[in-house]
Amino acid sequence: MITIKDLSKVFSTKSKTISAVDNLSLEINKGEIFGVIGYSGAGKSTFIRLINRLEDPTDGQVVIDDENITLLNKKKLRVARQDIGMIFQHFNLLWSRTVEENISFPLEIAGVPKQERQERVHELIRLVGLAGREKAYPSELSGGQKQRVGIARALANNPKVLLCDEATSALDPETTDSILELLVNINEKLGLTIILITHEMHVIRKICHRVAVMDAGKVVEQGDVLDVFLHPQKQITKKFVEQIMGDKDQEDALDLLKEKYDSGKIVRLHFIGELTNQALISQVAKQYEIDINILQGKITQTQKGAYGSLFIHIDGDEEEIKRAIDYITSTSVEVEVIPYV
Amino acid sequence: MFNELFPNVKMDDVWVATYETFYMTLIALLGTFILGILLGLLLYLTSRGGLWQNKALNFIVASIVNVFRAIPFIILILLLFPFTDFIVGTIRGPNAALPALIIGSAPFYGRLVEIALREVDKGVVEAAKAMGAKTNTIILKVLLPESMPALVSGITVTGIALIGYTAIAGVIGAGGLGDFAYFYGFQRRSFDVVFVCTVLIVIIVFIFQFIGDSISNKLDKR
Ligand SMILES: Nc1ncnc2c1ncn2[C@@H]1O[C@H](COP(=O)(O)OP(=O)(O)O)[C@@H](O)[C@H]1O
Ligand SMILES: [Mg+2]
Repeated sequence: MITIKDLSKVFSTKSKTISAVDNLSLEINKGEIFGVIGYSGAGKSTFIRLINRLEDPTDGQVVIDDENITLLNKKKLRVARQDIGMIFQHFNLLWSRTVEENISFPLEIAGVPKQERQERVHELIRLVGLAGREKAYPSELSGGQKQRVGIARALANNPKVLLCDEATSALDPETTDSILELLVNINEKLGLTIILITHEMHVIRKICHRVAVMDAGKVVEQGDVLDVFLHPQKQITKKFVEQIMGDKDQEDALDLLKEKYDSGKIVRLHFIGELTNQALISQVAKQYEIDINILQGKITQTQKGAYGSLFIHIDGDEEEIKRAIDYITSTSVEVEVIPYV
Repeated sequence: MFNELFPNVKMDDVWVATYETFYMTLIALLGTFILGILLGLLLYLTSRGGLWQNKALNFIVASIVNVFRAIPFIILILLLFPFTDFIVGTIRGPNAALPALIIGSAPFYGRLVEIALREVDKGVVEAAKAMGAKTNTIILKVLLPESMPALVSGITVTGIALIGYTAIAGVIGAGGLGDFAYFYGFQRRSFDVVFVCTVLIVIIVFIFQFIGDSISNKLDKR
């Protein structure tokens, strides 16, 4: 478990002082993927760099598994850092080394004997799906492949925690997905704790269990990803949720729809972390003598299931419609009947 | 044919002079490489934000480098006479030229090394730190390998300047092609000797440039 307590970092330049991280406290559980989201300049990078002390804190502490990182002397810090993997937006690979030599580097630093090093490197190359590219130089790899090398390198010494600083921000959407999948895979397979910072909500949505929203050096909101999606409290959080769900304005278009139908009912289905009711529409259509017309909606997948809303038009016998709606109400999907004007 | 065109050129002597030029250049280059890398590393590491950030030390090293770069080579040789005499035991011959050659070119190369090190991606140095690397490891396994192509092209440029310096050193009797051209060519009005020596020096410069460029290109995997 990682405990961050009253952590602060003040940068002083000639003209001004900046509180990049301001009295920040967080608890991160073992084995979870914890996301930190915020706009550029919010202090995310500074925060994650304070965890392995690439920046020294002005105040506060970071405790990883009962080891107070903030109190370690230089020598002990170096050893502790071997237990903290880190990957970067721009990969930061050594261009002068091949894939396998890059992955071998942290093992050399840790003083692992050559034979063992080679075995471990092979294992890691297979883990991240780079078999056959061992002898390639970074300049011969795609962005996604480079990040795979970065991940393998970060995992080499079996760290307790993996820090990801905008690890997918330099990648195209498809490559981003494949890297995120790899991270989930590693999290599940190795039980590795992952702390990930990003400015993109879909990264949080896809892989994080919990999320903290950061603004001006402070955590302004945190919780389970689904809760934050469902009940965003702060304006900034709502903005991030809109990145994915679109904003509420689209519901205005509903008025137009209402005019088109003079029979049946328009119903809004709200999916909240659905794992079991994903085939709901087809079930209802089969069981009841009704016609279902999908009007509009947005459903997205999170680590904890589907989330979003869907507007449908149900037509048919009044009684049958009522039975169908009662059935849907009995599931965990929330139903809201939109009244005709 | 050759004897008619160049009546005063004795090839045996020319080869000895060529050998001396090579000897002086290569040994001085080795010394310059080592001393220049040390100076460059010191300049880089003690600079602001560097691993050994130290304003005073940085100022001292930078001052020494600047002063020695400012002294014209011919004057440096004269200034170093007592030092050379003490170290080498003589102030004549190829070995006597070495201290001045190294001290004259190491500060120049040191600056090139500093520039090369600055070009190393800060993110890579940071990644090494995050892995728990010691400063020594960062120097030997990150900074030097990642800047190697620039270090090699820098030493090539320095080497070519050094060939020029050996010719100047010839004037005070260091031996080599410059010496040979001056005493056996210019002073005896045998301009064929000056010509042959010039051609040989140009060829040596081209060889250096070619070898340097090839190595630098081969090392560069970017
Ligand atoms: N080394 C530094 N010196 C001075 N200011 C810095 C330094 N690093 C970051 N900052 C400032 O701290 C704030 C937070 O930066 P950063 O942590 O990089 O934000 P983010 O990663 O969320 O974009 C910014 O205002 C930035 O200018
Ligand atoms: Mg950042």
